[in-house]
Amino acid sequence: MLPFVGRRALTAIPTLFLVTVMVFGIQRSLPGDPALILAGEQQDPEVIAFIREKYRLNDPLPVQYLAWVAQLARGDLGRSLRTNERVLDLIAAKLPVTIELALLSLLVAVAIALPLGMLAAVRRGTAIDYGSTMAALTGLSVPNFWLGIMLILFVSVRLGWLPASGYVPLSEGVWENVKRMIMPAFVLGTGLAAVLMRQMRSSMLGVLKQDFVRTAHAKGQRGAAVVIRHAARNALIPVTTILGLQLGALLSGAVLTEQVFTIPGFGKLIVDAVFNRDYAVVQGVVLITATSYILINLLVDLTYAVLDPRIGAK
Amino acid sequence: MSVTVRVERPVETAAPTGGPFGRPLSRLFKRPPAVIGALVVLLFVVVAALAPVLAPYDPAKPDFANVRQPPSAEYRFGTDEIGRDVLTRTIYGARASLLAGVISVLIATGLGVPLGLVSGFYRGALDELIMRLTDAVLSFPFLILAIAMAAALGPSLTNAMIAIGIATTPTFIRLTRAQVLAVGAEEFVTAARALGATGARIIWRHVLPNCVAPLLVQATLTIAQAVIAESALSFLGLGVQPPTPSWGGMLNTAKNFLVQAPWMAIYPGLSIFFTVLAFNLFGDGLRDALDPRDD
Repeated sequence: MLPFVGRRALTAIPTLFLVTVMVFGIQRSLPGDPALILAGEQQDPEVIAFIREKYRLNDPLPVQYLAWVAQLARGDLGRSLRTNERVLDLIAAKLPVTIELALLSLLVAVAIALPLGMLAAVRRGTAIDYGSTMAALTGLSVPNFWLGIMLILFVSVRLGWLPASGYVPLSEGVWENVKRMIMPAFVLGTGLAAVLMRQMRSSMLGVLKQDFVRTAHAKGQRGAAVVIRHAARNALIPVTTILGLQLGALLSGAVLTEQVFTIPGFGKLIVDAVFNRDYAVVQGVVLITATSYILINLLVDLTYAVLDPRIGAK
Repeated sequence: MSVTVRVERPVETAAPTGGPFGRPLSRLFKRPPAVIGALVVLLFVVVAALAPVLAPYDPAKPDFANVRQPPSAEYRFGTDEIGRDVLTRTIYGARASLLAGVISVLIATGLGVPLGLVSGFYRGALDELIMRLTDAVLSFPFLILAIAMAAALGPSLTNAMIAIGIATTPTFIRLTRAQVLAVGAEEFVTAARALGATGARIIWRHVLPNCVAPLLVQATLTIAQAVIAESALSFLGLGVQPPTPSWGGMLNTAKNFLVQAPWMAIYPGLSIFFTVLAFNLFGDGLRDALDPRDD
């Protein structure tokens, strides 16, 4: 297993390298001279010269790249061009909000998708199967920001049941926090549920055909026990991979959901930064998301090797 | 975005009677959801093409005497915050969405298919490089990559299409490569090689035809994603710029008038939903019809 872990970890290195090259490339392809952008309103030649020196803008690109990577390695993502706050601090302040939203959505998604997917597979070809397959297709086709707007319209504006927007930190009251997170988590969770449900259904269908399921039935185990103890456990492995890969979709969805419900998270940070032309923040957010995506998927693959020793042995 | 790569069983290059798509086509038409999907897509294409004829009003001209009118016989979908007809703008909005869906997928296939072919056929260091690049692009969440690119290139429909196209390219690279690897192991490829066919000829005559079916399915499903992505970017203000109508842009304005004019939010959203659902239904039907395993 250890060689597998090492090999898999090694493949993450070139990917990480290319990610930094791409982020650096996007940053350098920005319209206009970075020194002029950094200098702001007063285009004092001395200030511009100072900035060129400070950010090594006179150096060749590879040297600039290496200096930037060295800076990243020290945990320095630069400062916001607007507020002069450290980008890392800005991200650290917003991240918990988005993580809470993502975890709640994950909960919604798993609670909907796993039972429905299992049921659809076990009752293949029945109304339950067609109904849940159609529901999944609907979930895939609804733009989540519109679903959010519709929920605000009916649940908040018409019925007045839940607040339409805003965020209250957990520390200031659990119920106040949850009340504002229900709709966003539902909106973000349903899209993910649709993907997971389809995967769970097809993976269950595959497992239910296998010999060990027939053996379990032959031993005289009850149907439900066979489905849950034998089939579902094995069907979950591909579902876990999809879950890891869907992390990016979850973050993309969070950007829109946070925008609709005015939640001050990671997504709102990047959108606001784009409109404020705060490139340092945009770059920091993009870099952090890509890096965490790579690391989480690395972790998912390594967990596999622990769950299923055959994978590590291959 | 999901990147599940499904390898189809290679089909014989010799076409069965009725042309290479004869049997799949008849199978496709036996699936009501796929037919409905195709018809709805067609309907939206016609609406987009004939927008100037079908739309009752001017899509951009404000009419301050009729601000935020609820739906009526005169304004079927109501009017917006500066008195423009929501029906007219919804009709014109189909143009941006369909254009973005189709063009960004053309960009993605135009880049992804050749790279996937080269990567899968020649293997080696080039393959390794292309695969690592693919991983790198995939590690950026789709919308965040599109946002970063829209920020770098400037917000516009063209740049949104480029961003969506590049962000969806890896799916096509992986799919084509997986297909090439499956086909490359077949005896007819070995035979072609033995007969002295060049790499380019083998790719063109034997490998590519076997990739068409899964690519067609993927392209249809990706159009659905691209339509949502365009509307999302326009919703954030990074796609189509006002006053040009787009469904996402209309929703962006509508969310500020939910109490006074809820109709502004309902119709553009329903249009996105039905367009995307139609492409998804059609794509799913196409996949089932082209998959020989389901016979």
